[in-house]
Amino acid sequence: MQKPNQTQASPTHMQTPDFSTRLQKRSRPGETLIHAFLFFCGFVSILTTLGIVFELGKESLLFFKSPDVTILGFLTGTEWQPTIGQFGVLPLVSSTLMTSFIAMVIALPLGLGAAIYLSEYASTKSRSILKPTLEVLAGIPTVVYGYFALTFMTPLLRGIFGENTVDIYNTLSAGLVMGIMILPLVCSMSEDALTSVPYSLREAAYGLGATKLETALQVVVPAALSGIIAAFIIGISRAVGETMIVAIAAGSGPNLTLNPFKGAETMTGYIARISGGDLAYDTPDYNSIFAIGLLLFLITMGLNMVSRSLVRKYREVYE
Amino acid sequence: MELTQTPPLTETAAIEALSTHIYYGNFRAIKDATLSIVPRKITAIIGPSGCGKSTMLRAFNRMNDFVTTCRLEGDILFHGHSIYDASVDPVQLRRLIGMVFQKPNPFPKSIYENVAWGARINGYQGNMDDLVEECLHRAALWDEVKQDLKKSALTLSGGQQQRLCIARVLAVRPEIILMDEPCSALDPIATLKIEDLMRELSENYTIIIVTHNMQQAARASDYTAFFTMDSDRAGVMVEYGLTSQIFTYPHDKRTEDYITGRFG
Repeated sequence: MQKPNQTQASPTHMQTPDFSTRLQKRSRPGETLIHAFLFFCGFVSILTTLGIVFELGKESLLFFKSPDVTILGFLTGTEWQPTIGQFGVLPLVSSTLMTSFIAMVIALPLGLGAAIYLSEYASTKSRSILKPTLEVLAGIPTVVYGYFALTFMTPLLRGIFGENTVDIYNTLSAGLVMGIMILPLVCSMSEDALTSVPYSLREAAYGLGATKLETALQVVVPAALSGIIAAFIIGISRAVGETMIVAIAAGSGPNLTLNPFKGAETMTGYIARISGGDLAYDTPDYNSIFAIGLLLFLITMGLNMVSRSLVRKYREVYE
Repeated sequence: MELTQTPPLTETAAIEALSTHIYYGNFRAIKDATLSIVPRKITAIIGPSGCGKSTMLRAFNRMNDFVTTCRLEGDILFHGHSIYDASVDPVQLRRLIGMVFQKPNPFPKSIYENVAWGARINGYQGNMDDLVEECLHRAALWDEVKQDLKKSALTLSGGQQQRLCIARVLAVRPEIILMDEPCSALDPIATLKIEDLMRELSENYTIIIVTHNMQQAARASDYTAFFTMDSDRAGVMVEYGLTSQIFTYPHDKRTEDYITGRFG
């Protein structure tokens, strides 16, 4: 083997004289430009949110200023009949909560179950069939779901429970189909949370003589709980805000009822109907949709805040 | 080959591999390994990276089952029964043959719950507090954590976490404890603590440890099996015997080269 030449000076030694120029600050216009662009991207979303809140607030203020309306009456009234000056929002809120509740009863257990199956049990083959299928489900436009509810689910329910019990427009049908719509979202988010749990934890459990089920339910799910809760909350927010399905299948008459077989208009359904209708601007009827929009926004924001605190509380950090 | 395939046996083996070949798909990772593990002793499996040490270890409690392409020929006998027999439930087997892994992997639960969980899923009926305390004592961790049993196990240091993982295995009451390079992620002081602990545990348990640290094998084990890669990259067992003998009078040139640091 040849020995390295000992007499040659090392490169750093040679360059000592121009060290000051090497260390001099340089301008990097590309970096600055990208930095500014990225900041702009972030800023646009903040600006949009602020704009929406401002617009909702401004128009809602017009609504609450009108002589027929009080905030207390709006929040606690049980009649929503804008044409005769009755502005109690509870019927709309209750049907929104009811359709969302029905949807979550479907989407949460099925979504989590499918996620556990996909991440813990599925063979590569069944996974390669099930995942794309679920993704197709996520890609169907909500208006199609709406007609699916009206022309398939409702007749099915009427066949099961009787035509006299089940109205043509009813919250059960809308809620069930909404659950199917949200299922892929809950499933794929929960699955992401489950698969990101390190394999070493599963190995530890198997090494202690745990079965697959014990490992999945008692080790993997708790470790992924924060992600699963986040999936649930996003699913609920999605359900509360969903418009097309309820507008088509849940009916267009405000109705304060807990009977899921009856039609009842939701908050979003009402907004869609009024904003597409021919009501005069600046009437309390018209302005009411902004107040309802604001309330909807507050409900979703509240849910997001609850979810954040839940996630922080139940997080099992694994790394 | 030589007479060094099995050490002199005075008792029946705790577990023994008979002409075992292990494959990953078409690749043979272990070729014709026959070794008989002495009960309540520490057996070290040493050898260069990729020689199939971990594969061999994981064959003893069927952890390789989770690798779908993995397949075993030959047999492994535990109390005279083939553990690869169709009638054997691998879940039950792993309760009797526990495992400690390379990287400490406590559950993201409390210290108490880490120890109690395995016992609970195995239907332990006795006083759980007593069991947790006993296992933490045996794992030489009790004094350090007795005030913090409700704290997350992840607040512990790496060495403490690894001892917790040992306590967790003890709570299931296994006969054999497999350790897959348990100290490779630990500093020298934590490593010595684990080695002391292994020594104490070997009074009651059979321990098989995979290590690529020869000093550790020499210090901590009673028997040593040296594996290396054959010309076709399959792992083969070269020599197996009393640790004192393997390290002082190795029979095989390859063992000698490895332990004297000329290879690997």
